[in-house]
Amino acid sequence: MGPNLIANYGQVVAMMLFVIGFANLLLNKNLIKKIIGFNIMDSAVYLFLAEMGYIKDRTVPIVVDGVQDVTAYINPIPSGLVLTGIVVSVSVSALMLSLTIRLYKRYHTLNLDEISTLLRKEEQ
Amino acid sequence: MSFVQNFPFFTILMCLLAGVICSILPKKGARIVNTALIIVTCIMSFVTLMFTIKTGECYVYMMGHFPAPWGNEIRIGVLEAIMATFFCFIMLLSMLGGRKKLDEEVEDTKHNLYYILVNLLLSSLLALVYTNDLFTAYVFVEINTIAAAGLIMIRQIGRTIEAAVRYMIMSLLGSGLLLMGICMLYDLTGHLLMSNIKDSIAVLANDPSYHMPLMVTITIMSVGLCIKSALFPFHAWLPDAYGYSTVSSAAILSSLVSKGYIFLLIKIIYRVIGFEVYKNSHIMNVLFVFGLCGMIFGSVSAIRENDIRRMIAFSSVAQIGYIYMGIGMGTEMGMIAAIFHIFTHAATKSLLFIAGIGITDVSGFNRKFIELTGAGYRNKIAGIGFTVGSLSMVGVPLFSGFISKLLFAQGAVQLTGKMMPTLVCLAISTILNAIYFMKTVIRIYTPVPDSKYESIGAMSMKLYTVTMIGFVVLNIYLGVNSTPIVDLIKQGLSMFS
Repeated sequence: MGPNLIANYGQVVAMMLFVIGFANLLLNKNLIKKIIGFNIMDSAVYLFLAEMGYIKDRTVPIVVDGVQDVTAYINPIPSGLVLTGIVVSVSVSALMLSLTIRLYKRYHTLNLDEISTLLRKEEQ
Repeated sequence: MSFVQNFPFFTILMCLLAGVICSILPKKGARIVNTALIIVTCIMSFVTLMFTIKTGECYVYMMGHFPAPWGNEIRIGVLEAIMATFFCFIMLLSMLGGRKKLDEEVEDTKHNLYYILVNLLLSSLLALVYTNDLFTAYVFVEINTIAAAGLIMIRQIGRTIEAAVRYMIMSLLGSGLLLMGICMLYDLTGHLLMSNIKDSIAVLANDPSYHMPLMVTITIMSVGLCIKSALFPFHAWLPDAYGYSTVSSAAILSSLVSKGYIFLLIKIIYRVIGFEVYKNSHIMNVLFVFGLCGMIFGSVSAIRENDIRRMIAFSSVAQIGYIYMGIGMGTEMGMIAAIFHIFTHAATKSLLFIAGIGITDVSGFNRKFIELTGAGYRNKIAGIGFTVGSLSMVGVPLFSGFISKLLFAQGAVQLTGKMMPTLVCLAISTILNAIYFMKTVIRIYTPVPDSKYESIGAMSMKLYTVTMIGFVVLNIYLGVNSTPIVDLIKQGLSMFS
């Protein structure tokens, strides 16, 4: 197990970042910090994908100088997945931020628990 | 290749296109486009269903003329087609039933936005049902989440915005895990198409050194989808989201959105991981236990609730528990029961939400139980609808809920270890269901001599009446004529593997 972890240190770092982001999104009370956590979590997935797709001593899969040998290039699919993932996470972050702004304008706090308390008071 | 085989792809594309068109149309135009779209999609899905039944086999639809390991695919079998047809039909009824409420609760300028979201939601649901590619599934899961958050907060009050934030947070946790799982699967197998992954996994499962990574991947993906479909410990966002959003949204969210994720999980179990490998990973037992807990705790929370909409929402937690219990049984019979319960719950819960709104409207928009006394006489059609929904949820013969409970019990007696807990929890949960639903039915049919609220006749709300009749007929149809549907589910599941 030990040598494997050292050999794949990039994926280990990605996993740690994923857990940090996940915990932040789940446990933090502050909405902005939650969104930061979400972005860390998603970036960790992209790091994982990029790390996995990279092969040492090979280059971007764009044919230049007529080299068409497969062994000269890295796998392009993980990069494609990262791009798609980035688009998704950008739109979700934008939605979350806009919701946060709306809540902040109404309740003047970013703490989700305080907002719940205020909501309950509002109804009584 | 027959022309009908193009229909599933057309439906997905049409929904996306209609979303774009709705953005430039006025309120009324967007509504007409939306209704027409759902009807056309429903008919096309039905034709696809008939086609797959006739040919008796599934087919793969290649997109962009790139063959298997490179291109993207959708796959159509009996189960996918029946699911799509059913989703469209429920969505149509939910939209019609909640239309009046939508006009009252949502600002005029936001109506076409609402229809965009509904179109997007439908397209993502259809894509989730049909897709044969895991990464496409992830992308549409996110589209589904964004559209659902929009549906929750289209009615702009503090409660709904907070509910939308909570919903987004839970959903993002779930989809983060799902994405990680998909990436790990890609890492392990080098494929993203479901059929290719399954072939690779069948080889990997026999190699002991891959045992641990495979186990982690399966766990992560299952937990992610459980979080998204609000299985018991992850349901905190649910009562607010279903309880305060406009009624069409509540009906669509409870009966379709969470079911889309469950269907994706079933698809992953059969088409990606393989049923036997999944069963050997023992994740099923975890799902089973949480399903049982959900059945009990959801019902207990519903009993303690003093607000009719929130009560119905908590009942959803219990019903999702039933579905996961069926999946967790780990037999074909359990899976059939779970899929049938998806139909039952979708047909019944949307009926209950829409009947519930009729009942609260004739009680001065009051949702507390004490004010609802005698509401069944003031709005007769809503009263009948609510009673039918309640009887179905409790599991009275003639209604669809009875058949799902029967199927669950039949599945349970075939098991050895899980038989007793299943049957005991099924019995307890039925009693708890009866307590809170019958309590409500008795309350709305308790006469009040001089009510301060006005009655409303069935003729003055034609659309609502038609919707109610549609739902009631659907419920009774599923309850009386369930054999062909169960056969179709069986056929569809055998096509899956």
